Amino acid sequence: MLKSTPLNAVHRAAGARMVDFGGWDMPVNYGSQIEEHHAVRRDAGMFDVSHMQVVDIEGGDVRAFLRFALANNVDKLKTPGKALYSCMLDERGGVIDDLIAYFFREDFFRLVVNAGTAAKDVAWLSALEAKRNAGLTITPRRELAMIAVQGPNARAKFWSAFPALRPMSESLAPFNGELPGDEQMVARTGYTGEDGFEMVVPAARAADTWNALAAAGVRPCGLGARDTLRLEAGMNLYGQDMDEGVSPLDAGLAWTVDLASPRDFVGRQALRAAGQQREFLGLVLTEAGGVLRSHQQTEDDRGAGEVTSGTFSPTLSRSIALARLPRGTAPGDTVRVRIRDKALAAKVVKPPFVRNGKVLVN
Amino acid sequence: MNVPQDLRYTESHEWVKRESDGTVSIGITDHAQAQLGDIVFVEPPKPGRKVKAGEAVGVVESVKAASDIYAPVSGEVVAANSDLAGSPEKVNADAYAAWMFRIKPDDAAALDQLLDAAAYEKAAST
Repeated sequence: MLKSTPLNAVHRAAGARMVDFGGWDMPVNYGSQIEEHHAVRRDAGMFDVSHMQVVDIEGGDVRAFLRFALANNVDKLKTPGKALYSCMLDERGGVIDDLIAYFFREDFFRLVVNAGTAAKDVAWLSALEAKRNAGLTITPRRELAMIAVQGPNARAKFWSAFPALRPMSESLAPFNGELPGDEQMVARTGYTGEDGFEMVVPAARAADTWNALAAAGVRPCGLGARDTLRLEAGMNLYGQDMDEGVSPLDAGLAWTVDLASPRDFVGRQALRAAGQQREFLGLVLTEAGGVLRSHQQTEDDRGAGEVTSGTFSPTLSRSIALARLPRGTAPGDTVRVRIRDKALAAKVVKPPFVRNGKVLVN
Repeated sequence: MNVPQDLRYTESHEWVKRESDGTVSIGITDHAQAQLGDIVFVEPPKPGRKVKAGEAVGVVESVKAASDIYAPVSGEVVAANSDLAGSPEKVNADAYAAWMFRIKPDDAAALDQLLDAAAYEKAAST
């Protein structure tokens, strides 16, 4: 039995093509994935991301707990509402999940974690909390829905749908969130490389919120467009670009791991011992003959590599990918990618491919 | 479901049209293009290639996935639609106009073994 979000009936009524996404019945598109992609790059689109899990951690020195539990350093979060992208590692340095941590009070942080890993994450955090006897409450907020509104016109359309939220959200700097009501969060975050908000609302208000945004001219977009947008933006997808068998240092996430400071955190010793083994870079297919996809093998002078995420980029009108390549491979190099019976040339680039509507690679 | 009466079909979602010169044109059905989503790459078999019925002879890729195209009948490929290389989205716009390749069948009667519209519609909706 697939799990469904509070917006399931709204998607079906809108004619969405629904797919099984990690056990969730989710819209992959409402017609054309490419048009939805362009809507986000050029105007405003919205995504139902209610399958993702809000996890609240409260009741004591939450900062000290997360300083140990997360690979990125929550001490970077100095002002209430500030958010931080981080991996959560196991003792071997493998990635249990990637997440966003919001600091609201010393005794209240909020995590937003991936759908497929939520149960595992909560179990891991709870075990870690018990072991440290930290006296914290870890609460998955299953009664909340989440909608991402993204694109150059996303904020303006959001304000026209919810004028009352304008004063608080207009002053939000990127990667900051606020709790305008007990059961609601508005954050200037996203997974598309465009400006916008992610909004958390009680499940009972999800449909009204969605419909108000649609009436304001925000285009419903499925998970298909979400994937092409995040790939163009050079953002990793858990389960494809990294997982428990991959070090964040080999997934382009060294910038999120602070190994220089003496701070102790789960996975630190393993990362220091292993170091970086692979380059994690972008590819642009320069030869016709197919589309880059995850698991395709690459070959260059330095050895073999693997595409971790690949797609056709609607903005570049070319196939692009994220790939794990031999150490020493650098932007400007050419690799050959095995696609069916061919070995096609692809240029190595430094992600992101696109940010704020602009192409950053050539 | 958009399934023209005058065509023949396969369970692997190809449509087959008998041309006046004795060849058959082949494409993918409207149902198939809708399932695949935005199509970004089409690779039909090259003219001159001898193919067997049921053999994977070409590829169509959407943003979402790659899918094989199968030869509905045995014979020789006599033409490929080069238009689709530059504008694969034509398959989404009108799947029955976007023929991908033509075969000169070894046996003209082989076409009669393929699904008719009603049978395809039934197969595709289960």
